[in-house]
Amino acid sequence: MSESGLRVVWVYPDLLSTYGDQGNVLVVERRARQRRLGVQRIDVRSDQPIPTSGDIYLVGGGEDRPQRLAAERLRRDGGLNRAVDNGAIVFSVCAGYQILGHEFVNDLGQREPGLGLLDVTSTRGEGERCVGDVLADMDERLGLPQLTGFENHQGVTHLGPTARPLARVRLGRGNGTGDGTEGAWNDTVFGTYMHGPVLARNPQIADLLLKLALDVNALPPADDRWYEALRAERIAAATQPA
Amino acid sequence: MAGNTEPLPPRAKLAVTAGKAAAAVSRAAGRGSGSVIGGKVALRLDPDLLAKLAQNLDVVLVSATNGKTTTTRLIAEALRAAGPVVSNALGANMPAGITAALAGSGDARYGVIEVDEKYLAAVARDVTPKAIALLNLSRDQLDRAAETRMLAEHWREGLSGSKAVIVANADDPLVVWAASSSPNVVWVAAGQEWKDDAWSCPACGGVMQRPGDDWFCGECGFRRPTPSWALSGDHVLDPHGSAWPIRLQLPGRANKANATTSAAVAAAFGVPPQAALERMYSVTAVAGRYDVVSFQGREIRLLLAKNPAGWLETFSLIDGPPAPVILAVNARGADGTDTSWLWDVDYSRLAGHPICVIGDRKLDLAVRLEVAGVDFQVCENAAEAVRQCPPGRIEAIANYTAFQDLRRVVGN
Repeated sequence: MSESGLRVVWVYPDLLSTYGDQGNVLVVERRARQRRLGVQRIDVRSDQPIPTSGDIYLVGGGEDRPQRLAAERLRRDGGLNRAVDNGAIVFSVCAGYQILGHEFVNDLGQREPGLGLLDVTSTRGEGERCVGDVLADMDERLGLPQLTGFENHQGVTHLGPTARPLARVRLGRGNGTGDGTEGAWNDTVFGTYMHGPVLARNPQIADLLLKLALDVNALPPADDRWYEALRAERIAAATQPA
Repeated sequence: MAGNTEPLPPRAKLAVTAGKAAAAVSRAAGRGSGSVIGGKVALRLDPDLLAKLAQNLDVVLVSATNGKTTTTRLIAEALRAAGPVVSNALGANMPAGITAALAGSGDARYGVIEVDEKYLAAVARDVTPKAIALLNLSRDQLDRAAETRMLAEHWREGLSGSKAVIVANADDPLVVWAASSSPNVVWVAAGQEWKDDAWSCPACGGVMQRPGDDWFCGECGFRRPTPSWALSGDHVLDPHGSAWPIRLQLPGRANKANATTSAAVAAAFGVPPQAALERMYSVTAVAGRYDVVSFQGREIRLLLAKNPAGWLETFSLIDGPPAPVILAVNARGADGTDTSWLWDVDYSRLAGHPICVIGDRKLDLAVRLEVAGVDFQVCENAAEAVRQCPPGRIEAIANYTAFQDLRRVVGN
């Protein structure tokens, strides 16, 4: 953490900010400030170098062509990989999640190399797009309450041996592999298909990122009233469809 | 160019009659105006009906993510200076709704037709328009719609062989990309506040440079075309350099932009700017939008905003603080069922306004506003929200079905 506080990097808003995922940055910033932590938000456009000294990197979802362009530019830049080598925390969503893996299928139908920061490989599903509310149980090692979110993707993501599923779906498709897994994580890098945005629906995950970045076990409490009300409503809506 | 004098062939006549009968049945069953079901029945009986109905009309098509219903109305008013007009004024903008509207064309000479973005290329093939107005393209209902750039690509392919005059917004790179495959384009500097769907060059994927009002791709040279019409403050600048004042009753920069595009379309039909603009001044509300309604001793202005670009333009037209604001959001089928887009709207712009939130997804709004750091109240319904506001003007901003709900409650 630098003297100005936590450095939160929003990766490529020009390409990977199409599905409201910048809400994840806003929630991380807000929850840090509520704990009186200094925060510096750094938006990095795809014609700028990725800084390697950030504490938390957030990567969002995007459309198919921007996803390919983002992967090309992130590979060429190399900054995100160096940041992870330096111990940075990365949280990624949907197209961003696929980019962090070994490879994915791009808009031209070709296999596109990713950054290899997560031990996952993505292909494109044959069936219908996965669209709708999701409810899932978080990996028990994370000790977090249920995951709620909204998925909108055609991807199928297979996990390798060094990635753990972020959650197991009760409702929805998640990784689309049919084995009930959703998302992936290792010690410092996280990926999910959930929009919503996911950190607005699951502020405890935002707090987890803050704790990992600060290397602390607990944070002062924050006012979670509206988050909890929204969570209760979305979980009820997912389990009792109208 | 003549009026609708050529008689319809028997099959088309039968289809129109059957469509009207179906519409009447639908109305009797209390299912709205029945125009869409009528159009569907008619199109099934005669798939070429739309083309036949349009063949004696001079048609202009209007498409965009935002502003198409209002612009359709403004163009319709302007063209009435030249002759009778038929229009799908209520926003039924897919082929069935358009067919139903044209089936009632009577002696109309001009057809002013709003078209859903996804159907523009197909409708343009069917009705052989004289002009097509393209206003803007931005993210909208991404859980059910095509990707925004793919829509631009679809327009580009669909319009490349069109003989129509394309009247297109030079300030939206996606619209310019879509229009620039056409041989005959009139560029209008209509402006666009929302820029976040066009940072990536639609031609080559390069990063777009946007100094001031200009834009260009640093890699392939794709750039803003020189406009012949422009919105400049409160004036329309025409191709001869004359400035015409805009005195709309409709509020906001976006509607001045819509009026500018409408004036350029009217000119293509021989209606001069002054005559066109003066006719637009009579418009006070469009399908309930911008209407001011008295309710519980307050004056509620009803504003529709369906996506981030629409909310951005709406924030710039409302009265400043301390005017109270009611925000209403649903996520039913017609709205798109994903509410993530709320996070692409900068709600910190509402700081200082008393804010009440309502609608099916009021809790999504509550979290959004909490994170934006603005004060708000969560209310059960519109009546309660209005009671929370002091007497006077209230700005009510709602997305699609929330807007319809609100109109019902306040008796609009």
